Amino acid sequence: MTAAEISAGWVRVCDEQALLPGAGVAARLAHGQVAIFRSADDAATLWAVGNYDPIGGANVISRGIIGDLDGEPVVSSPLYKQHFSLRTGRCIEDDHHALPVYPVALRDGGVWIEL
Amino acid sequence: MAVAIEQKLQLALRWPGGDVPPALEDVALVPVAAGAQVELDAAGLAAGEVSIDGQCLRYTRLTLLLTAAELLACEGLAPLRSLVDIAGPPGGDSATPVQVVLAAGIEASPDGLARVQWSDEAQGAGRVLLFQAGVLCGACLINSQEALEFLYPAVGSCSAEPETRHLLALGPEPWLAADRLTSRGKPMNKQKLVVIGNGMVGHHFLESLVQAGGLARFDVTVLCGEPEPAYDRVHLSEFFSGRSASDLSLVTPGFFEDNGIRLRTSARVASIDTAARSAELESGESLEYDKLVLATGSYPFVPPIPGNDGEHCFVYRTLGDLEAMRDSAANSRVGVVVGGGLLGLEAANALQNLGLDTHVVEFAPRLMPVQLDEGGGAMLRRKISELGITVHCATATERIVDGESARYRMEFAGGDCLETDMICFSAGIRPWDQLAREAGLAIGERGGIVVNNACQTSDADVYAIGECALWGGRIFGLVAPGYQMARTAAAVLMDEAAEFTGADMSTKLKLLGVDVCSVGDAHGSGEGALSYSYTDEVAGVYRRINVSEDGKRLLGAILVGDAQGYEQLLQYCLNGIELPAEPDTLILPARDGAAVALAPGQLPATATVCSCHNVTKGDILTVLDGGCASVAEVRDCTAASTGCGGCAQMLKDVVNTELAERGVEISTAICEHFPHTRQELFHLVRVGEIRSFAELLDKHGRGRGCDICKPAVASILAANWNDYVLKQEHIGLQDTNDRFLANMQKDGSYSVVPRVPGGEITPEQLIAIGEVGRKYRLYTKITGGQRIDLFGARLEQLPAIWQELIDAGLETGHAYGKAVRTVKSCVGSTWCRYGVQDSVGMALHIEHRYKGLRAPHKLKFAVSGCTRECAEAQSKDIGVIATENGWNLYVCGNGGMKPRHADLFAVDLDDATLIAYIDRVLMFYVATADRLQRTARWLENLEGGLDYLRAVIIDDSLGLARELEQRMQAVVDSYQCEWTTTLQDPERLKLFQGFVNSDEADERIVFVEERGQIRPARDEERESLAGAVVEDVA
Repeated sequence: MTAAEISAGWVRVCDEQALLPGAGVAARLAHGQVAIFRSADDAATLWAVGNYDPIGGANVISRGIIGDLDGEPVVSSPLYKQHFSLRTGRCIEDDHHALPVYPVALRDGGVWIEL
Repeated sequence: MAVAIEQKLQLALRWPGGDVPPALEDVALVPVAAGAQVELDAAGLAAGEVSIDGQCLRYTRLTLLLTAAELLACEGLAPLRSLVDIAGPPGGDSATPVQVVLAAGIEASPDGLARVQWSDEAQGAGRVLLFQAGVLCGACLINSQEALEFLYPAVGSCSAEPETRHLLALGPEPWLAADRLTSRGKPMNKQKLVVIGNGMVGHHFLESLVQAGGLARFDVTVLCGEPEPAYDRVHLSEFFSGRSASDLSLVTPGFFEDNGIRLRTSARVASIDTAARSAELESGESLEYDKLVLATGSYPFVPPIPGNDGEHCFVYRTLGDLEAMRDSAANSRVGVVVGGGLLGLEAANALQNLGLDTHVVEFAPRLMPVQLDEGGGAMLRRKISELGITVHCATATERIVDGESARYRMEFAGGDCLETDMICFSAGIRPWDQLAREAGLAIGERGGIVVNNACQTSDADVYAIGECALWGGRIFGLVAPGYQMARTAAAVLMDEAAEFTGADMSTKLKLLGVDVCSVGDAHGSGEGALSYSYTDEVAGVYRRINVSEDGKRLLGAILVGDAQGYEQLLQYCLNGIELPAEPDTLILPARDGAAVALAPGQLPATATVCSCHNVTKGDILTVLDGGCASVAEVRDCTAASTGCGGCAQMLKDVVNTELAERGVEISTAICEHFPHTRQELFHLVRVGEIRSFAELLDKHGRGRGCDICKPAVASILAANWNDYVLKQEHIGLQDTNDRFLANMQKDGSYSVVPRVPGGEITPEQLIAIGEVGRKYRLYTKITGGQRIDLFGARLEQLPAIWQELIDAGLETGHAYGKAVRTVKSCVGSTWCRYGVQDSVGMALHIEHRYKGLRAPHKLKFAVSGCTRECAEAQSKDIGVIATENGWNLYVCGNGGMKPRHADLFAVDLDDATLIAYIDRVLMFYVATADRLQRTARWLENLEGGLDYLRAVIIDDSLGLARELEQRMQAVVDSYQCEWTTTLQDPERLKLFQGFVNSDEADERIVFVEERGQIRPARDEERESLAGAVVEDVA
């Protein structure tokens, strides 16, 4: 990530140490809540999606289990277990729902998200 | 009257939209239509016929109100308002259309009214029907004017049977079935069908008739002589081993009600008049019929022995008989069964289960003389004697007199005698043909109602089925032929081509735990029959086959001591399949792996696989073609193996062979990341000493895992190594409840359940819980497991809440885990007048031993202090019930979506044995069950079932008992309260941050107050509250 990119709307959310390998945490941003996940096997791989579960109607996505289905990285909602793609936000079981997806990166020991 | 008439017209004209119902036109006496101006012929109304009371109009027995507001305003109808409240809110919208049809005079005496009410809140509709002395006397209809047309003419003339009254209140279909009501004005276009007898065969007839759509053609009344409707007589002796009358019931809930079949229990028929086509009950009531089905069954034959009518002499036929035997056995030591046939041995089993010193007295020279030859009878006698039952064959009882050491003395021909406290006669059955005989129907020489191939008696409108019927000079005393007759009679009544042409009397039984099978011509009495036999006195096995003269066809067979090969022999016999060159290989033990099994592929399509439900291999192929892809689906589609269950293995073989031939691969993999079952994963973890999900995935899986395999492996790891579940490498595996050690609710908040072992709690702890609830404003509710659930905690509040609970001496309740939850108990012998053991003490002991054990699914226990069973232990995974001598252990019950009564596993255990058995059962379950499979489904799917489980746990047939106990001990020794551990580790506490970058609370979690406590706000409430909060801040 270059300095120019950071200037174009990226914000620092937290320290890298706040992340959990193979699990998620929630963060509060200006326009809403975000769930940030770190891959269990590759510390450099992060995903950021909206924390609001549009089907369950609660801010719980960060507390879901992550994994993959047919190679697609997914998080499953802890409420009713639908799967959402971590890359596209699309709900695997129901095309009508999707989570917002945010670019996320590590830099200088911090976690950055583009709004 | 002029004013009144004008008002009436106005009311009629204000009918809210749509067509005016005919009933309203009727009362208006002139054509009316919404919005139309009409002329009234005043001469058509006699003075006093019409009256006006406020906004309410009355004409003879009809009262009309047009809106809810008018109903409220009407003084005379005050008693009705509470009824209207259930169906719709008259106060809510004063324009709600309300129509009332009432017979005159009800308002005066509302007390004697019986109400049947129905409401549909979504549609804002409702109906209240009022009955006086069983007669429909009025109705209140709200937003339901379509019902008026039907109900108006029915008022005052329609007397519905109690069990069909609700049909009136429901949707339009039941109304159309007008002949269910004895209504004067209604045409009766259905035929009246009366069925006498609701035993197994009678009930199968009803099921067959329903299935064939017969209820559209017949109005069915069932007269059942016993107080309970149909129950499973074949498994009657299980009544003594814990199965209740309702367990034995064959009636699916709602069967009679849903199908509109009128069931009369304890309704005994006194006589039939075939000329008048009516049946008269003992009560004197008379029922007319168009068609009559006799399914009266049989009664036990009691030999005419002097003294056979003593107070403690019984027969073995009905639940009532069994209850009487049980009461008598409580004060008896010795019991005798007269008759060594099939039912006699069932009765002997029952007596032995009741703890009596049991004897069987048989007149013939061997046991089961009908089904077995001399060799088979001898082997059976040998095996039964080993079980402690004394068998007296070739023994004729001459008289029964008072005994010296016991109640009675049975004196035998030849001078021997036997003292006994009770006697059960089971010396064969006699058809219940009395009604038919007195009605002049043809009866066989030795009894039985003569029927033709259509199961019709000598009066073509009267049918007889089951054990009361005589076909081809034979009575069929088995359930499968009875079912065939039932299906035949149902089909004939529906004008379908069907014939009963005799039945195969082959049987496969387990009598006193001994397998006994008899196929076809068991005695080889046919011309030219040749036999092979094999006896193994060491193993206690006898086998015989009878083959045709040319050795190519199987005529019959007998198997005693081992039922293996029965289904194969039956198929050879029924389908005339050519025998192998050396037929004796069919009964000789398989040596050198020489398999002689009849492959399912060899069966012809006509081969009957399930004889109870008449399912052929062809039927199975058809449903497989139709898309069924598993044994369970085939079973659901065809009912195969749901009768006696004897064909379960055959069904499985046929289905799996066919599926394999069609190239259907049956995957048992838990998910796409592991090609293994949960049981295999458990084994891999155990044997490979695998300690983390990453290691297991690396060695045996692929991909990243998912929400199926991760929690399953977390549970397997916990059951094996019992690590702290929030260890860094385990966090990502846990379902949210395990990850946050609390139960997530719909709004993302959590509930908290401290452990209350055995339901015992001190006032101080109660106060502590109460104070936590008050301080954090939590909603509190008592759980079904005798604990207290605290709802509405936010994630970040959990550590503080738990610190206070732990300071008060409480610990985690594991309500969040697929783990041992609670041990419910009654107060037991410490306080209760009836308790025989300290159930609370045992519950505490058990709960502390197994608390926190991670399992494939949640586990619930209970301990009752006596047989009154106040702790409901028989609905739990592990249930313990105190006896005078120790504890009875029940296993694998549950409530929930598909409740299952627990099975009695072992009796009168001492404390140590009880714990050892529970250790073993639990660990065996944890090691072998599927993911999310509760113990009930686990046992149902365990090959060999309860007998196998007993063998593994009690007899240690797999040599696993010690290891299972050691594993459990390791889990017990490594127990930790997960909340105590968590609170001691500042690093772990970071997991309970709401946000990594903010301490603000989640704005979605909003509560409102209801009944003095909080509850989650609904969406619309949350929006208005959110606005209010913003204002406050500003």
